[in-house]
Amino acid sequence: MVERRPLLTAFTHLVLILGVIVVAFPLYLTFVASTQTSQAIVQTPMPLLPGDQLVENYTAALTGTGGGAGAKTPVGRMMVVSLISALIISLGKIAISLLSAFAIVYFRFPYRMFFFWMIFITLMLPVEVRIGPTYKVVADLGMLDTYAGLTIPLIASATATFLFRQFFLTVPEELLEAARMDGAGPIRFFKDVLLPLSATSIAALFVIQFIYGWNQYLWPLLVTTNENMYPVVIGIKRMISGGDSEMQWNIVMATAMLAMVPPALVVILMQKWFVKGLVDTEK
Amino acid sequence: MEKRVVFRSSWLPWALIAPQVVVITLFFFWPAAQALVQSLQQSDAFGTSVEWVGFENFVNLWNDATYLASFYTTAVFSVSVAVVGLTLSLLLAVFADRVVKGALAYRTLLIWPYAVAPAVAGVLWLFMFAPSVGVVSYTLRKLGFEWNHLLNGNHAMTLVVMAAVWKQISYNFLFFLAGLQSIPKSLIEAAAIDGARPWRRFWTIVFPMLSPTTFFLLVINIVYAFFDTFAIIDSATQGGPGKDTVILVYKVYYDGFKAMDLGGSAAQSVILMVIVVALTVIQFRFVEKKVNY
Amino acid sequence: MASISLKNVVKRYGNGKSVNQVIHGLSAEIGDGEFVVVVGPSGCGKSTLLRMVAGLEEISEGQIIIGNRVVNDLEPSERDIAMVFQNYALYPHMSVFDNMAYGLKIAKVPAAEIRARVDKAAAILQLGQFLERKPRQLSGGQRQRVAMGRAIVRQPQVFLFDEPLSNLDAKLRAHTRLEIQKLHRELGITSLFVTHDQVEAMTLAQRMIVMNDGVMEQFGTPEEVYARPATTFVATFIGSPPMNLLKNAPGADAGTIVGIRPEHLDITADGWALVVDAIETLGAERLVYGRWAHGSGDELMTIRCEENVPVPTLGSTIHVTPRADRLHYFDAATGKRK
Repeated sequence: MVERRPLLTAFTHLVLILGVIVVAFPLYLTFVASTQTSQAIVQTPMPLLPGDQLVENYTAALTGTGGGAGAKTPVGRMMVVSLISALIISLGKIAISLLSAFAIVYFRFPYRMFFFWMIFITLMLPVEVRIGPTYKVVADLGMLDTYAGLTIPLIASATATFLFRQFFLTVPEELLEAARMDGAGPIRFFKDVLLPLSATSIAALFVIQFIYGWNQYLWPLLVTTNENMYPVVIGIKRMISGGDSEMQWNIVMATAMLAMVPPALVVILMQKWFVKGLVDTEK
Repeated sequence: MEKRVVFRSSWLPWALIAPQVVVITLFFFWPAAQALVQSLQQSDAFGTSVEWVGFENFVNLWNDATYLASFYTTAVFSVSVAVVGLTLSLLLAVFADRVVKGALAYRTLLIWPYAVAPAVAGVLWLFMFAPSVGVVSYTLRKLGFEWNHLLNGNHAMTLVVMAAVWKQISYNFLFFLAGLQSIPKSLIEAAAIDGARPWRRFWTIVFPMLSPTTFFLLVINIVYAFFDTFAIIDSATQGGPGKDTVILVYKVYYDGFKAMDLGGSAAQSVILMVIVVALTVIQFRFVEKKVNY
Repeated sequence: MASISLKNVVKRYGNGKSVNQVIHGLSAEIGDGEFVVVVGPSGCGKSTLLRMVAGLEEISEGQIIIGNRVVNDLEPSERDIAMVFQNYALYPHMSVFDNMAYGLKIAKVPAAEIRARVDKAAAILQLGQFLERKPRQLSGGQRQRVAMGRAIVRQPQVFLFDEPLSNLDAKLRAHTRLEIQKLHRELGITSLFVTHDQVEAMTLAQRMIVMNDGVMEQFGTPEEVYARPATTFVATFIGSPPMNLLKNAPGADAGTIVGIRPEHLDITADGWALVVDAIETLGAERLVYGRWAHGSGDELMTIRCEENVPVPTLGSTIHVTPRADRLHYFDAATGKRK
């Protein structure tokens, strides 16, 4: 700060605290609702302090014994599906992107620029604009209701490739020369030098892609019809499609909490890399 | 910049690049091409007969009032999301940038909505504003304001805009904060010595310096509102009431998977692709300019 | 140990219309165990030459022979050489020990021998206590020594140095120069050292190659290069301040450039009459800049005086006499020594 202005400082904190409250209020309310009985929630106004049903509601949600319209599948199972999908998407993307970025930066081969542009174009079009035909491909390959169908089409994007390409270009050229002097071939150089140096980028990308994978909605909505393959985000949506009044809001909200906790933890615990990765990827 | 020394191998680069090329060919280029083809075809609901119809699908869209209405809805929605979202997050970022103590704590408390799935965000806001049980709708009613997004299209639009803004605020906030922190301190100090007070410093120095970030975020937010908000809309309003919150992506989905109008849906996909490509080109033109600047 | 011979080496980039030739048929023989410095201004092709010897650049034409093997088509690691890079090129994520050992590990040298070789190199370079540290925990000078250690442990036939001192401060640079000389005395390995700094070249070289625009201007001992520069380029590039080159010296033939070093001009009672333009005091000596007006135009000259010579006043006229045996004559058309 340039000069001392105690009043302005106080005002600063006031604005920020207000911001935090507004941002956090939906979360707080969700938590409160997830600790109430469903009767307590429907009587307006609902209590604004946590109730005593925490264990009951979460157990009911996790095991799918809550009853109600769509709450038959255990959320525990859905979370496993979400976790596996998010891991396949994030790790798969990182793996194929590392390899292709390595090829593009460190080799000269025919049609290199053609492939470069081919990958580059995919940056532009999110899966949402080509859902119909993509769905058909997945259906024709018999990948509906499989992890492959849930994940591989979402791996087909270039963000990670570009992040790694950018990063590789900043790796000093002399390191490659030194490695060649030391007798390291391409695979060895990749494994011993490039990969360890990319650790931070990989961590950052992992956070971003894990959240991307966990939070997918439209795609799983299309390719999963079997309740056993619902990710948790879809599960919530199925629970609330019953209608306003007959909904078991307490179970829905417990499920919502469960759906938010893993990605939120990843973001907060890996905040340092996440923030760096986010700002670097896009700039 | 290109590397000077490169490895020599006739097969290795192909093997390295193959997985990505296979995946994008199968799940990206092939479907995109299919969308193009289908947009020129008409098939019946059971998919038993297909005929070429040229640009008829596009003509039909042009004559379809609901499609044009959807364009309008999308425009209102994305402009609202971008303007409200950028304003609020810029405000928070500017204040967070002033904070010396507790900056990390504020950042942590403000970034977590990034982790929330759009569909969950929709449910959270739906819960607060549900006409029968919602805490906020109850409070509004007490204050004499009858909230019902199930009947009132404007209320429904406000609801999805709020949910979308809330979800995107952390992203915008992080970029604004990074932008603010990269402004040289000496510039601000020079302005202070010139006698500019904080308010004036912000508008004459900080805000112009932030314009690249702001422009970048504007494009990103519009793309976000166009595509990533499908889940918010589907979970909060299902496009209702009537068609008042049907944005373009929602309509592609609805026509293709609910109404089974493959040709019409594909034609809409093609139009969306053109829009994204245009936005991307604008953004890249801009990035190039920034590099020179 | 090995000799290096460069036979008519050519380097060009690009192809077709946009060919850019940066080294024009350079030949030189570097003896076994010799320490040769390649010096020249930036862009003269000296680094490219070194990188061709290293195998980091392809050789467009000609041959490079190390020992008795033509190495044109060998990978860098097969040439039995080691290189010290300008920015050291240490692997940032590896410890000092691993940095030095990496090449040996790839070559499948037994672990015990790696340990022994690294320890020995570390002892020579006084790096013993830093072996477990990462490069970022070291000072610039220490990093530079690790880079040298990495070269030493490989026990190569040839050392290549690519401006290894340019990132050090002046004091450390002088000190490291002495260390490199000492190292060369102890190990006796053939060395090729590239620099743009003539002081470094003069102090380190047993023989030096002076390059300009992709051409070798002179190859000789520092004494030869100083005393008998082969071209006007060498005459002005080596020596500080540079040699005065007079295009219209009295008594010289037309088409001849006369050269005289500032330290070989004496202020005398009569001789060439100069107007004093500027004076710089450097402590032990003084530089006097004079303008000599005569028939066909002014000649600018620098004179280097000992501190005991009386200081001339600015604007006054002084007289200088060149030492006759220190005059150099060059062909004005070719720049070559006559």
